[in-house]
Amino acid sequence: MNKKTKIAILGTGNIGTDLLVKAIRSPWLECRLFAGRNLSSPGMMKADHLGVPVSSKGIQAVVERRNELDLIFDATSAEDHIKHSGIFRELGILAIDLTPAKIGKMCVPAVNLEECLQSDNVNMVSCGGQASVPIAFAIAQANNDIEYIETVSSIASRSAGPATRINLDEYLDTTEEAIQKFSGCTHSKAILNLNPAQPCVHMQTTVFAKMPRPDLAKTRAAVSEMVRRIQQYVPGYQMILEPMIENGRLAVMVRVEGAGDYLPKYAGNLDIINCAAIAMAEAYAQKRIGNEGVATKTGIAA
Amino acid sequence: MNRATIVVTDPTLRDGSHACSHQITAEQILKYATAAEAAKVDYLEVGHGNGLGASSLQVGLSLVPECEMLKIARSCLSQTRLSVHVMPGFATIKREIAGAVDLGVDLFRVGAHCTEADLTQRHISYVRNVGKEAWGILMMIHMTSKEVLLEEAKKMQSYGAQGIVLMDSAGASFPHDVTQKIGTLAKGLEVPVGFHAHNNLGLSIANSIAALEAGARIVDGTARGFGAGAGNAPIELLVAAMQRLGYKFKADLYKVLDAAELADELFKENLPTSNAVTIVSGLAGVFSGFAKPVIRAAKQMDVDPRDVFFELGQRKVVGGQEDLILEVATDLARRKKISDLPKS
Repeated sequence: MNKKTKIAILGTGNIGTDLLVKAIRSPWLECRLFAGRNLSSPGMMKADHLGVPVSSKGIQAVVERRNELDLIFDATSAEDHIKHSGIFRELGILAIDLTPAKIGKMCVPAVNLEECLQSDNVNMVSCGGQASVPIAFAIAQANNDIEYIETVSSIASRSAGPATRINLDEYLDTTEEAIQKFSGCTHSKAILNLNPAQPCVHMQTTVFAKMPRPDLAKTRAAVSEMVRRIQQYVPGYQMILEPMIENGRLAVMVRVEGAGDYLPKYAGNLDIINCAAIAMAEAYAQKRIGNEGVATKTGIAA
Repeated sequence: MNRATIVVTDPTLRDGSHACSHQITAEQILKYATAAEAAKVDYLEVGHGNGLGASSLQVGLSLVPECEMLKIARSCLSQTRLSVHVMPGFATIKREIAGAVDLGVDLFRVGAHCTEADLTQRHISYVRNVGKEAWGILMMIHMTSKEVLLEEAKKMQSYGAQGIVLMDSAGASFPHDVTQKIGTLAKGLEVPVGFHAHNNLGLSIANSIAALEAGARIVDGTARGFGAGAGNAPIELLVAAMQRLGYKFKADLYKVLDAAELADELFKENLPTSNAVTIVSGLAGVFSGFAKPVIRAAKQMDVDPRDVFFELGQRKVVGGQEDLILEVATDLARRKKISDLPKS
């Protein structure tokens, strides 16, 4: 009996297609459906080529195949996810939401994976949130009386599609909310810079914090530990500036090199949110199997 | 000579924020805004150096909260209109723009790096929809071609921008660059085009005049050049030059000269000068606002601030990426330590 968790990916754009490549590689997941609207989109063609069942019927395809599915990644849009979420709940399928809809529980695997396993809809926050929230959390664990946390991300212009650009305010808002929720600090700010340099720059994120008496040694230990934890599911995540004090602010900087699955390596911003979503799905898959044993280590396609 | 009428914008109380590490005081705002009103400049721009919502650990915290700054300036202005700078990625509609509308800001200059105009779509549309004036700002214009600038400016125009200003944010342009870029936009756009200079290579006035001669109808100048890096085009010199060249403008020359004298006194501790760091900033093509944080980080890490600028230039950093200063300075310090090791 196949113990793999059967998944569907809804939305066949960059995010959906990169997720597909990652899901195929996973020993815990089996992609039973790749659904969108247009069978001739590059993502659809890639999926078809990889031997994954495809459909242009979108959410309807999910409903039709509900008996074969345990989990769905929604990589459509916030507007669509709001419509879809009720359907997923009715069907009893766990939804991992990659849109900015924010209906479900905010999930940052390095911080609250266990908790999210109780939820039927989890939201992957934002790319900048996946990079910065764990660092903010580590800083908050190591220090007292934190007054303010700020996160600044720089991404390659080419990695920011039209949806990212038009939703810039929502990105900032969501990222700030996640920083506050996970660090417990009530004041936060998120900043995003797009850099058009060629060759494309890798995603970089800086977390700044302000507090009366920073404990640098303790912060360094907590942040290093957190970076190791993130690296377990985001291999290209690296600290490039260890916690330091400059001009009265504590600063930490990380860089995210993408795995280069479907998207180019510089698009670490897209890679990290997908890696986080896969980590969530695999944890769910392992929980489902429980003590029944372990899935085989081979993917469904070479 | 019968020349065009030029709109004069004065961002002394916004660009000058960079020159004093964002420590502009309430009293300075009150006094300078009063002088700007008397000088009849068309617009006075007020706020943090990177605009609304930019008071941050990344760029620097403002001494006076943003809404306080705007309230004070508003209370001083009646003929002169109140302007703010807006960079999507720093400011959001909900967090800052809506509030600034309520405080009576007249003009929102919504800016993006010169190749990223589509980031401004929602913000420009919002401002227009609430009945305020919106211009589009393209920053760091030395980093792209006149063709790309025209394409990006047209996007902003289509979002509803009522003017487009090109900012030579690194003070890296030469007059012939400005002539070509402004000329292309002046021909290709329906809305007026403006220019905002920095003086890193000593060309702020020359570039501003080149812009006017190429068809610019809006020009930015700050009192005594109070602005980032080596400062902006000094408004007193700009107005004097425009008078001599026969351009029409609303500003009163004597009162503009008075405002500059006042600025001399108000900002004397922080008036920009041309120095080793600002020149290198211009040569490297790095945002002028990086000068103070680069000097500070270079001192702490014991590296040459000029090396930091050239390295930042190599990496093609854009305005808002101040955090990379720390990375670059730390990296240079590490390399220096290795090369300082005694050779065996």
